[in-house]
Amino acid sequence: MEDTITTEPMVRVTRLKKVYESSGRRVEAIGDVTFSVARGEFACIVGPSGAGKTTLLKCLAGLLQPTSGTVELEGTPVTGPPPGMAVVFQEYGRSLFPWKTVQQNIDLPLRQKGLPRPERERLTAEALTAVGLADVSRAYPWQLSGGMQQRVAIARAVAYEPHVLLMDEPFAAVDAQTRAELEDLVRSLWKTLGITTLFVTHDIDEAVYLGERVLVLSASPTHILEDVPVGLPVDRDQVTTRSTAGFAELRARVHRGIQDAKAGRQSTAQSIVGTAQ
Amino acid sequence: MTAPAYRHAVPEEATTMTTSTTSPARRTAARAGRRVLLALGLPVLLVVLWWIASANSTNYYFPPLSTILDWFRQLWLGNKFGSDVVPSLIRLFAGFAISVVLGVAAGVALGLTDALRRGAEPVLEFVRAIPPTVLVPVIAIFAGIGDSSKILVIVSGCVWPILLNTAEGVRAADEVMVDTCRSFGIRGFARLRHMVLPAAGPQIAAGLRQALSIGLILMVIGEMFAATNGLGFSIVQFQRTFAIPQMWSGIILLGVIGFVLSVVFNLVEKRALGWYQGQRESQKRNG
Repeated sequence: MEDTITTEPMVRVTRLKKVYESSGRRVEAIGDVTFSVARGEFACIVGPSGAGKTTLLKCLAGLLQPTSGTVELEGTPVTGPPPGMAVVFQEYGRSLFPWKTVQQNIDLPLRQKGLPRPERERLTAEALTAVGLADVSRAYPWQLSGGMQQRVAIARAVAYEPHVLLMDEPFAAVDAQTRAELEDLVRSLWKTLGITTLFVTHDIDEAVYLGERVLVLSASPTHILEDVPVGLPVDRDQVTTRSTAGFAELRARVHRGIQDAKAGRQSTAQSIVGTAQ
Repeated sequence: MTAPAYRHAVPEEATTMTTSTTSPARRTAARAGRRVLLALGLPVLLVVLWWIASANSTNYYFPPLSTILDWFRQLWLGNKFGSDVVPSLIRLFAGFAISVVLGVAAGVALGLTDALRRGAEPVLEFVRAIPPTVLVPVIAIFAGIGDSSKILVIVSGCVWPILLNTAEGVRAADEVMVDTCRSFGIRGFARLRHMVLPAAGPQIAAGLRQALSIGLILMVIGEMFAATNGLGFSIVQFQRTFAIPQMWSGIILLGVIGFVLSVVFNLVEKRALGWYQGQRESQKRNG
């Protein structure tokens, strides 16, 4: 019994396939995807644009029904959005409720969970402090900058106390500096809270910098080209980490994988084990 | 309290870019003053022109404005206020309120259920295409000439813009927001209350605005047919008895009521949909 609990992966995706069919057209978005993510792991999913990244994430989140294959969260098949998951969407402006204040935005999912008021207030305050927005709890999202809005969305996800945090290209719409800050924020949240995190991005540097592991997706119909363990130290820094040889090596390796994916070739680097410093 | 303070954060940043030295508060006051002047300028000018042009009028159909206003005071600020103006307004508000409840409820149902909407749409378009005024005598036949008949007339016209706008607003709910609700387990009544209705708010408000002006028209028309009191009834009575200044005074009162209703509507809308205005302004600022 204990054995199954400890060895059980947090997320297990088995032979996932998603085909869109509409008026005679048949688009195979996800071909055959199998992977699992261990409890507490930080995995990045990177792929060329049009690789079905969002489709894959929506299947993981239970927002889309796969054509075949299964997604399991802690051993339970995902058939709809599971309560143990929180999603941070790319379009923060459309994901936060503009008619609610920052605090109300974070509070609503907690209310739906049926948590008592003091508990909700504590979680909201803690989450806002964790993302560095304690002083704007009564502002409306549209009064904040894009980066701050995405922080609110992250706070909302964190306050929800998910077992798995899914992030769908969350920083694609913010400027480079804000992006670096948010990357460090997500890293530090992961370190302090230990939430299993799945981070989807098209940015190779971001994937390598953030993840403990990078899954490289092929072009559509998607399968996993490479599963790259990132051996970089846990404490990372935008300047030093990004200038190490290990980082460059991993970056090059993932990059080559993506190029191959674009060219439609099967990666030959599959057998090489990443041992970066 | 922190929210209003924060609201100034972006404009203040913007003002540091310019060399303007006046305080933001004083400039807002000046801007508000200019707006009031602009809004009042033309009406005041028109009234003055009317007053002067009609001052010595001996034309039976276009009496001097002073005579009309004199009647206005005697009639509408006198005992006709209680006997005709108040009943008319009560009918209008009752009709409008019923239309809001029916229109929003049916609109939400249609907006959320695709099959229902597609099935009902042709019928709705047909019913909507019938000018509500033609229903006035029909309604009088079966609903009598009492208040309920007048209210029914108002509802028969008001409900459609509310219903169709609500359905459209609900249907157009943002896909990301829908996914957000699903992933955070916000469903059922909570979803309706916290996402669907507020998201459709701006569109519902557009429907309400249309409905309000239609309601005012139908209030008058309903009372012009078989009625015993009310504004429409009074105006028709004056017209039939060739009490021309009195008739004009009633028409002016209708204009005033329409104007006041629109101002009140704007104030309520501004309060309820302040977020929408703010969001649009911030989007404009950020390009």
